[in-house]
Amino acid sequence: MESYVKDSNLSSITSQVNSDGSLQLNIAGRLDSNTTGKIWRQAKNEVEKNSPRNLVIDASGINYCDGAGIALLFELQLHQQKAGKEIEIRGLANEFQQLLDQFKAGEFIEAEVEVPGPSNIFEKVGRSTLDILQDFKANISFLGEVMVSLFYAMLHPRSVRWKDFLITSELIGVNAFSIVALVCFLIGLVMAFQSAIPMQQYGAQLFVANLIVIAMFKELGPLMTAWVVNGRSASAFAAELGTMKVNEEIDALTTMGLEPVRFLVVPRVLAALVMIPILTIFGNLFGLIGGLVVMLSLGFSVVTYVNQITSAATYVMLLAGLIKSVVFAFIIGGVGCMEGLRTKTGASAVGDSTTSAVVVGLVMIIFVDGVFGVIYYFLGI
Amino acid sequence: MSGDKEPIIRVENFTAAYGDNVIIDNISFEVYRGEVFVILGGSGCGKSTVLKHMIGLYEPAAGKILIDGEDIAASSGEDRLKILKKIGVAYQSGALFGSMTILENLRLSLEEYTDLSPDAMDLISLMKLKLVGLSGSEHKMPSELSGGMQKRAALARAMALDPFILFLDEPSAGLDPITSAELDQLILRLARSLKITFVVVTHELPSIYTIADRVIMLDKRVKGIVATGKPQDLRDHSDNPWVRQFFNREVESEVAA
Repeated sequence: MESYVKDSNLSSITSQVNSDGSLQLNIAGRLDSNTTGKIWRQAKNEVEKNSPRNLVIDASGINYCDGAGIALLFELQLHQQKAGKEIEIRGLANEFQQLLDQFKAGEFIEAEVEVPGPSNIFEKVGRSTLDILQDFKANISFLGEVMVSLFYAMLHPRSVRWKDFLITSELIGVNAFSIVALVCFLIGLVMAFQSAIPMQQYGAQLFVANLIVIAMFKELGPLMTAWVVNGRSASAFAAELGTMKVNEEIDALTTMGLEPVRFLVVPRVLAALVMIPILTIFGNLFGLIGGLVVMLSLGFSVVTYVNQITSAATYVMLLAGLIKSVVFAFIIGGVGCMEGLRTKTGASAVGDSTTSAVVVGLVMIIFVDGVFGVIYYFLGI
Repeated sequence: MSGDKEPIIRVENFTAAYGDNVIIDNISFEVYRGEVFVILGGSGCGKSTVLKHMIGLYEPAAGKILIDGEDIAASSGEDRLKILKKIGVAYQSGALFGSMTILENLRLSLEEYTDLSPDAMDLISLMKLKLVGLSGSEHKMPSELSGGMQKRAALARAMALDPFILFLDEPSAGLDPITSAELDQLILRLARSLKITFVVVTHELPSIYTIADRVIMLDKRVKGIVATGKPQDLRDHSDNPWVRQFFNREVESEVAA
């Protein structure tokens, strides 16, 4: 039985130049994964230094040879054949020769030719640009398809899978209620607390209520709700549709003549469009309750707080936030489903889609929020 | 059994490619009405690629695929739908919708394309399940079925609208020999009794000998068809050593020797 010995001195290599000008390498001993490395480097050095027209390997002294040893002999064969030179392996034991004979140098040389060479910076930039443009085109195409399908659904309400809509509404809305409420409550609480300290110096603590209501209605209510739902639901959409893609369920739908966008995306986007504004309203409410807790601790009464809020808030302000939340909802539903439907194959594909859905969703929400900020500024809202 | 040799599918000068990588290069063949037609070949030769083009999931890089005289890749909208209603597809993984029961999976296309009453849809679905030997499983979720049962359920779903062409992608893959043989008998029974044309992608030799009326054999080295005919004829009389090797389950070196 062969024992596993970690001693690189168990193998040796010597070289000589024969009278006919050929280089002879005498390899002896045990060629395994532990011993071959040293022999490999020495052999390659000799061959590269001498560039022999004819290389002779005396392998009669090799008493053991595993995959690594065979790879060394094959590498030497390949090297000589690529250079159009000769190689002769002498005295290799029959069982090792059979292993070596399984590999044909021609196949490997051919395979190497197929590997594309390193690309230059211009090619890389060009390919990346092309990829970005193709992605952009695909996104626009998907957006158009979703819009057309939503429009069709409005005209033909019976075409919508209302059961899926209700299930998704529960997932995206009802199940997210507690976390949205908690996050918005804490945001209201922290914001009120942090702003109360500097405002105390000016005796303006009462106006913390104004700050809370304006910030929640116009900005933080829609934004925090969208972030929470994006984290929960865009990833869930991407994972669900991605798994369906990997399991060929999307292909099955397509060949049944059922458009995946109408069948899978429309109910989800519709559910997001309905539930996210509702969640935003609750988020606003819980943000205000968070502010109330701080105001009560500062000695103000509930009536004072409510009066201050009602004097500061306007319906336009509330509506401005809700309009934002509708657009956020479209982004969350659309991006989640799009990334899911674009899932590739492989073990990591669904994970990649999920990550991509959350990240792209977050970035787009912030971007659109900024655009709304500018628009509202010019509209005087 | 090629029947009256009336072609129902024509594949003309078809080339398939993923980007610059050509998988299938300029092949042509026909599938006759009512036959069990098998596309076979070694792993990675492009069998499933050909199938996915035939069912319209991918567009050919060149050439045409005509289903009952209509070019599936060039069709869109209502025309595409008309073609798709003529075909049913059972995928390698079954591809049953995991969030629906088996009955709901079967009812789906009936709900979308017919104005049948719910009771009628249920009855039709149950009859299809009976045909594939899955009575009693209608209220189970796909995850509650074994691999073989999922494949049979997928076959039943593919038959829901009574298509006259059924495409099966690796129907026996991963099944034990008994279940695989049962599925083969089911395919034969459906082909003979309902006169359905089957296009089956597989490399399971026992299945091929049992079900195939005619086969085409693909080879990735030539990126095309290397043999056409009855499987037994190819095994015994093919001029191509690789084809004989495939049918006789020989390793390459034995043939070379």
